Amino acid sequence: MPTVSMTVNGQAVTGEVEGRTLLVQFLREQLSLTGTHVGCDTSQCGACVVHVDGESVKSCSMLALQADGAEVTTIEGLASNGSLHPMQEAFREHHGLQCGFCTPGMVMSAVDLLKKNPNPDEGEIREWLEGNICRCTGYHNIVKAIQSAAASMRG
Amino acid sequence: MYDFNHHRPGSVAEAASALAGASDGKLLAGGMTLIATLKQRLASPSDLIDLGAIAELKGIKEDGGALVIGAMTTHATVANDATVKAKIPALAALAEGIGDAQVRNCGTIGGSIANNDPAADYPAAVVGLGATVHTDKRQIAADDFFTGMFETALDEGEIITAVSFPIPEKAGYAKFANPASRYAIVGVMAASGPAGTRVAVTGAGPSVFRIGDAEAALGSGFSADAVSGVTVGADGLNADMHASADYRAHLVSVMLRRAVESAS
Repeated sequence: MPTVSMTVNGQAVTGEVEGRTLLVQFLREQLSLTGTHVGCDTSQCGACVVHVDGESVKSCSMLALQADGAEVTTIEGLASNGSLHPMQEAFREHHGLQCGFCTPGMVMSAVDLLKKNPNPDEGEIREWLEGNICRCTGYHNIVKAIQSAAASMRG
Repeated sequence: MYDFNHHRPGSVAEAASALAGASDGKLLAGGMTLIATLKQRLASPSDLIDLGAIAELKGIKEDGGALVIGAMTTHATVANDATVKAKIPALAALAEGIGDAQVRNCGTIGGSIANNDPAADYPAAVVGLGATVHTDKRQIAADDFFTGMFETALDEGEIITAVSFPIPEKAGYAKFANPASRYAIVGVMAASGPAGTRVAVTGAGPSVFRIGDAEAALGSGFSADAVSGVTVGADGLNADMHASADYRAHLVSVMLRRAVESAS
């Protein structure tokens, strides 16, 4: 079986995978990083969003071998020294989740947005979340959380 | 998804030889269509040749009055590139409207046009701007490239390396997007420049097509008024759960006017 190596949340990892092994399967099943969820498995819902070389992607629609040599960040890699990332803190503070299933993908997607656009308006946030589906919140508190995180991250 | 042998060549030449050596090989670009297709077992290639590590296929440069975009350049890169925004803003806007942010971070121009989905955006840009498709073997004019639904002029084993877009004087793109997928129910690119005055429609028919009447009308004055009477017949247009052929024909006229109005 092919061997894949990548850096996940700052740690070098190597594993044996099949050609068809998806990145999300490698993360969840071999690395036990189950914070990344599989929702639709068709690249619609965004529950599986992780960062590959700094860009948000849907890990259910990428082969593990496509990420060979890449820097991958999952939801588990956001908090540091026991403190939540400002985006995670903002989702908690503003009740940007209910069941929580979409939340890891929402947070990873939102972090990528602020990297590209540190001061998005409401419309830009809603447009960016096109690829992340939430069936509980109606998005209002998610948008509020992202606005609040943007303000706190700008300082 | 059935398993396959995965190859990750570092050059186009290595990719071509891996493809030639496979019993039933397929090229993997961004994977935004192919991986979903494999999951549904609609394709089961023996070998997948992943083009993701080939640096020579990525990037955008201006060259002699044209923008040359590497086949493995992502939609997000095209959408955010300063040169594309300055020289062909309609192309940047088209790329920005594909799928969602994560799809744009993976999907590529080469993968999109090789697949030639009837509802994809890029075929309208390639034909509407009179681009040239570069492969590892030859150059193919836009008008000869798209030959039918999911069909192109590419030969077996031929690899797209880049697409060059002549910089137009004016170009605009408007689409009526499927609200779920953001695919084009109808998308129209209208442009005038070194490639002539061209109008290309995606989403409406089995494959991208031009509207001669609109091009003639715009040739004598590039304005929305000039094309206000242009219509296309519903015969042969796509009809599905999203839109009937009659509705698509109507949308062609509306998107044509919007494309011309937005042109810059």
